[in-house]
Amino acid sequence: MQGHLRSLAAAATAALLLSACGAGAPEGGQAAAESATIDYWLWDVAQQPQYQACADAFQKANPNYKVKITQYGWDDYWNTLTTAFVSGTAPDVFVSHLSRYPDFAAQGTILPIDDQVAKDKVDLSLYQDGLADLWVTKDGKRYGLPKDFDTVAVIYNSELLKDAGLKPEDMEKLEWNPKDGGSYEKTIAHLTVDKNGKRGDEPGFDKTKVAVYGIGLAGSGAGFGQTEWSMYAMSNGWQYADQNPWPSRFNYADPKFKETITWFTSLIDKGYMPSMAIAGAGVNQMDAYGAGKYAMVTEGSWNTKSYWNMKGVKSVLAPTPVGPTGKRASLFNGLADNISAATDNPDAAWAWVKFLGSPACQEEIVADEAVIFPAIKSARTRAEQAFGKLGIDVKPFTMHVEEGTTHLAPIADHWADITATMTETMDAIFSRKADVSSLDGANERVNGLFG
Amino acid sequence: MTSDTVHAAPRRTEAASRGAPPRRRGRRLGDLPIALAFVLPAALGFVLFYLWPTLRAFYLSLTQYNVLTPPRFIGLDNYERLLGDHLFWNALVVTAEYVVINIGVQTVMSVLLAVLMHRLTRSMFVRGVVLLPFLVANVVVALVWFWMLDYQLGIVNQGLEWLGVDRLAFFGESELAIPTIALVNTWRHVGYTALLIFAGLQMIPSSVYEAAAIDGAGEWRIFWRVTLPLLRPVMALVMVLTVIGSFQVFDTVAVTTGGGPINATRVIYYYIYDLAFTRFHFGYAAALSSVLFVLLAGVAYLQLRLSRAGESDLKGS
Repeated sequence: MQGHLRSLAAAATAALLLSACGAGAPEGGQAAAESATIDYWLWDVAQQPQYQACADAFQKANPNYKVKITQYGWDDYWNTLTTAFVSGTAPDVFVSHLSRYPDFAAQGTILPIDDQVAKDKVDLSLYQDGLADLWVTKDGKRYGLPKDFDTVAVIYNSELLKDAGLKPEDMEKLEWNPKDGGSYEKTIAHLTVDKNGKRGDEPGFDKTKVAVYGIGLAGSGAGFGQTEWSMYAMSNGWQYADQNPWPSRFNYADPKFKETITWFTSLIDKGYMPSMAIAGAGVNQMDAYGAGKYAMVTEGSWNTKSYWNMKGVKSVLAPTPVGPTGKRASLFNGLADNISAATDNPDAAWAWVKFLGSPACQEEIVADEAVIFPAIKSARTRAEQAFGKLGIDVKPFTMHVEEGTTHLAPIADHWADITATMTETMDAIFSRKADVSSLDGANERVNGLFG
Repeated sequence: MTSDTVHAAPRRTEAASRGAPPRRRGRRLGDLPIALAFVLPAALGFVLFYLWPTLRAFYLSLTQYNVLTPPRFIGLDNYERLLGDHLFWNALVVTAEYVVINIGVQTVMSVLLAVLMHRLTRSMFVRGVVLLPFLVANVVVALVWFWMLDYQLGIVNQGLEWLGVDRLAFFGESELAIPTIALVNTWRHVGYTALLIFAGLQMIPSSVYEAAAIDGAGEWRIFWRVTLPLLRPVMALVMVLTVIGSFQVFDTVAVTTGGGPINATRVIYYYIYDLAFTRFHFGYAAALSSVLFVLLAGVAYLQLRLSRAGESDLKGS
């Protein structure tokens, strides 16, 4: 029912846009054939202002083009996009995700940009190493220019840290291992407080009546676990699959993954982390943290500013813990824009995509907004400074890039089906309704998708 | 029971309408073109938005189809796959559980409300209040309850704790999620259903109540022996509508649990939606829809047969 509503809404939006387009053309007078409205979709409301600013700059430089930005929440975004593709009301350009674009490319719903990149001599070495090639499919076609990168870090409530008698320096040297959790688990235990004021590492701690959990839980993470468990598993020497991008065998049954998940879910049993029943429904991790229910959370860099915008909570960043490999680890993910194959105006769409990928947008505008890290190397320092002005030291995010502890996010075919299988399996494990041995069957089903 | 005019009025119109068919038959077909003109828009809508999509869905259920590339005919493969799909059977069980709780509680509550409204008050205000939850959009109702019932921050759990009861993860616990969703939707729909039944109650002639009262029957007995049996045709209609509506539960699940925890609330409609719109298995999703269509048609037919919805016991009285 809702799906219909959404497609209706999409159709209505498109109709409005079309009429706006029709009205705009004669008004402009000159070069009617070239003028176009570019319909642009994104999901992150926090990023809308910075791209609106880019759009304004773009329109100033290209008076024939008008950019119309529409935002849908992440939960609705992909379904709305699919229905829009079906009903022929898809945007000209949309923010895309590494886990989704291979399906779109395979179905021919997005356009490769190789010719345009070659013709306009776009310098791909401007971007952080490896990011640009994430948008090249198996058959060698390029579909996007990177616009940002993200990593994972710990965000903690500095008041609760002080209450626990811990210092910010303590948070920077934490180590983790799957056997006893190391100093990382000790810290989490100490940050946990029950209703009677007893801490998680004190005798008499009542794990059934926890007032503040040491660490929050966003969910089971399905087969991705970007901000949930990827930083532990990969610092334990685990990799998602046999190769990346375009793997044919996944490693969800690997002992290193199993022991990581066993350790991580044991935090639930010990009362240091909320159960899936508590954390998996109702308000999300960010809101629960804002209400003082979690002393720390693991988060992606794109959400940083939202945490600092919370009233009544003082947050500080800390790096993810060093694992058995002797190194930290973080997924290295990035977004790019895809051009819809159904666009009426590929030239206008490309001009906008090129602008979004250029220093003029990323370095001059986006970096100063201090919401995300631009993909362009030279823009990083400027973004760090912008965050610094807000009182946010983002080193815990960017140190992964400096120390080379980033791991490219998995890019694979069949990601939606992998997610369906892994959601079921991981949710069951996190709910303590299944053992990690169920990962064997799940991994087999995942690999079965690749024939 | 005192006689009152509210009851007398429906009786007269009923008598009139019962006498009507022979007279109508005698008329010429002069009204037919106009009647057709009135029916046409609705009929057109039905054909375009219901019949055609239904037929197309049957066809798509025989194909492999991801919307963006043309469908490929694969015969009955989708139906074969369906038999071995544990999530499909799980969805049927979960949906049935939802329907039983939702319809069971809702029917009892709405009959109770309707009878109370009928016997105790004529207040339009009360009727308005009873209908209020139905006027709020489903998604809004779902989200408000979702937050109110949150384990850590929800007001309901704050209240429970204040009463000395343990907090409950209403939407998060597998065993509680479906009953919670069923009751949230019951809360929204009970007033509307009660009003439908209330309308049915007004069709029952007051003379029947008077007769029962003279024979010495108390309120309780009148309810079981007079009200409920005479309400049967209305109840049958209400049940058919609400049961089919109940099977179609979707939005409450979509905006709260998203099918979780694990698969505890993966009701059939949500599963179909998930398969089609997030996983692009449109052909298979169409097969599931077709099976659901046959199932619902069967349920509706059975209900109508069992409850003899077309007949009224009033004739004999």
